[in-house]
Amino acid sequence: MKTVQYREALREAMSEEMRTDSSVFLLGEEVAEYNGAYKVSQGMLDEFGAKRVIDTPIAELGFTGIAVGAAMNGLRPIVEFMTWNFAILAADQIINSAAKMLQMSGGQIGCPIVFRGGNGTAGQLGATHSQSFEAFYAHVPGLKVVTPSTPYDAKGLLKAAIRDNDPVLVLESEKMYGDKGEIPEGEYIIPIGVADIKRKGTDVTVVSFGKIIKEAHKAAEALEKEGISVEIIDLRSVRPIDYGTVVNSVKKTNRCVVVEESWPIASIASEIAYHVQNYAFDYLDAPVKRVMQSDTPFPFSPPLMAEALPNVARIIAAIKATMYK
Amino acid sequence: MAVKKAAPAKTTRKTQASKFSKETYIKWYKDMLMIRRFEEKISQLYIQQKFGGFLHVYIGQEAIAAGTVSACKKGDKHITAYRDHGHPIALGTDPKNLMAELYGKATGCSKGKGGSMHFFDKERGFYGGHGIVGAQIPMGAGIAFAEQYNETGNVCFCSFGDGAARQGALHETFNMAMVWKLPVIFIIENNNYAMGTSVERTTNVTDMSKMGDSYEMPSFVVDGMKPEAVHEAIEEAAERARKGNGPTLLDIRTYRYKGHSMSDPQKYRSKDEVSEWQDKDPIDHVLSVIKEKKYMTQKQIDTVEAETKQTVLDAVKFAEDSPFPDKEELYNDVYQQKDYPYIKEYLA
Ligand SMILES: Cc1ncc(C[n+]2csc(CCOP(=O)(O)OP(=O)(O)O)c2C)c(N)n1
Ligand SMILES: [Mg+2]
Repeated sequence: MKTVQYREALREAMSEEMRTDSSVFLLGEEVAEYNGAYKVSQGMLDEFGAKRVIDTPIAELGFTGIAVGAAMNGLRPIVEFMTWNFAILAADQIINSAAKMLQMSGGQIGCPIVFRGGNGTAGQLGATHSQSFEAFYAHVPGLKVVTPSTPYDAKGLLKAAIRDNDPVLVLESEKMYGDKGEIPEGEYIIPIGVADIKRKGTDVTVVSFGKIIKEAHKAAEALEKEGISVEIIDLRSVRPIDYGTVVNSVKKTNRCVVVEESWPIASIASEIAYHVQNYAFDYLDAPVKRVMQSDTPFPFSPPLMAEALPNVARIIAAIKATMYK
Repeated sequence: MAVKKAAPAKTTRKTQASKFSKETYIKWYKDMLMIRRFEEKISQLYIQQKFGGFLHVYIGQEAIAAGTVSACKKGDKHITAYRDHGHPIALGTDPKNLMAELYGKATGCSKGKGGSMHFFDKERGFYGGHGIVGAQIPMGAGIAFAEQYNETGNVCFCSFGDGAARQGALHETFNMAMVWKLPVIFIIENNNYAMGTSVERTTNVTDMSKMGDSYEMPSFVVDGMKPEAVHEAIEEAAERARKGNGPTLLDIRTYRYKGHSMSDPQKYRSKDEVSEWQDKDPIDHVLSVIKEKKYMTQKQIDTVEAETKQTVLDAVKFAEDSPFPDKEELYNDVYQQKDYPYIKEYLA
């Protein structure tokens, strides 16, 4: 094992795949000469050259459409969005083109493409730069959406995404790029659509994914001291969702809390809550709870930010509520 | 070559008919006639409610598909909008499979999953049929990007309407296509209308060939009622792209005789305007050359007409006799992954 940053794990995934498959290339704003806005692609221009590590103008719709066309015609592009907030400008090509090409062409033309970049809040960036897109894109059949929360998951899931023949979105976080964690020396792949039980427990199931899962871990540690045993399931993928792992865990703990850094309506949390009540109704000792971001555009001022975000205290309160404590 | 930035009325140019062989004229005639007869038939069938969906016919614009296909090479790619019946017919897709697609049948060119607006035939280099106005502009450049990346020497012909040219994606794509010298030919099928909105009503710059100027993209006005003019312009542009000199913009002036779709009362234009363009009909034009040069006898011409009609009737029969897709097809071709875990519990 070795310790790497999240950004290095992503870079290793891309570089390894680019070494073995010449049809894989990276494009996006500042990915080449600037070495990436968040230094994910540092050094890749030197290794792979300008043909395969391509700086684009600031034209999300255009360069995404070009990448989609390249994928339709046999290449395997990796599109880096500086953040997912800006990918809204490219949503037409992601949702109307990439997600539907295989179906509408009757299986003739697929779109093996990876879209990746920072997602969610990342400090005092204001409302337009602080949005989470898991639920948005998880809604769309034809796409796959992964949400790595550790360097280990980042490398394994990104490699799976690059090898996948379907369009895959990788939702990262500017706040996680510097996170350190252990990964194996050699190659490994994490299959898309399989959840990971990040912490074993018996009293309550906490379902989460992406950066905010770290708050769930802190809450679980604090509760352990009080004798409450929390099981944490990292979905890793929000399309498809590994409902089985969640439902089986709830059948054991009889309680469920979902922690999500996004808005409440039509969220991944609502989706999980639906499935849990449908498939584990008789096992539930309490209603499913969720801890979400405030139902507002994300604020700028620090006290308001703190008020808007899910945090350890709220997660603890939600867990205790399911235990009637 | 076509005149750069000619005013609309001056686009007609002396084409050297002598340059084109008897075979080319006959192929143009057959291709254009097939498109026309196919679409006349499907317009009737649509009114008889034999199939649903939107239906946009290409009648009047046939010379663009015919002249593009005669000038392209095997391996080249084609992409267009939802007005997409002409290109695959000219590329040689069996009209049976196209007809079946309109009916939503399993034997359709997109297995009944695309309909009129989403014809595909990858084998013949036809990358669709796209219903989002202008979305194919960057996609076409991306298809060309892959050809450049793989150093194939192939090019992509990317067609879109005068209305689609108003999308912002056009500018982003023109810019990148020029920086990267992508082997793409941008073809505005300029029929002067986006639904009921004329070019003059959507722009301060009615000469659409000028849209390439900000990017220093070679740009030309082409007479879209003459396959000769289209062929020459396409050939020259493709040559430039194959040599690594990047994209070309062709503002091909044409006209759709029918409404935008089948539900268009056409209040925005006069009958005189329509008949003025019909006087320049590309099929009539090619037929007159064929007759003048005695490339075909009247008997041969009559035979082509009869065979074309029969092919269309056979296609209708094929489509009507074909099965609809199995219900399981709902879950096929959404993902390449064969065992994708769809949520199906709502069906229970
Ligand atoms: C993004 C988008 N906006 C609007 C529409 C509805 N629409 C379909 S065709 C059309 C007109 C397009 O005209 P033009 O590009 O000139 O093509 P033509 O129909 O003349 O071939 C419009 C507005 C659409 N399909 N997609
Ligand atoms: Mg038009």
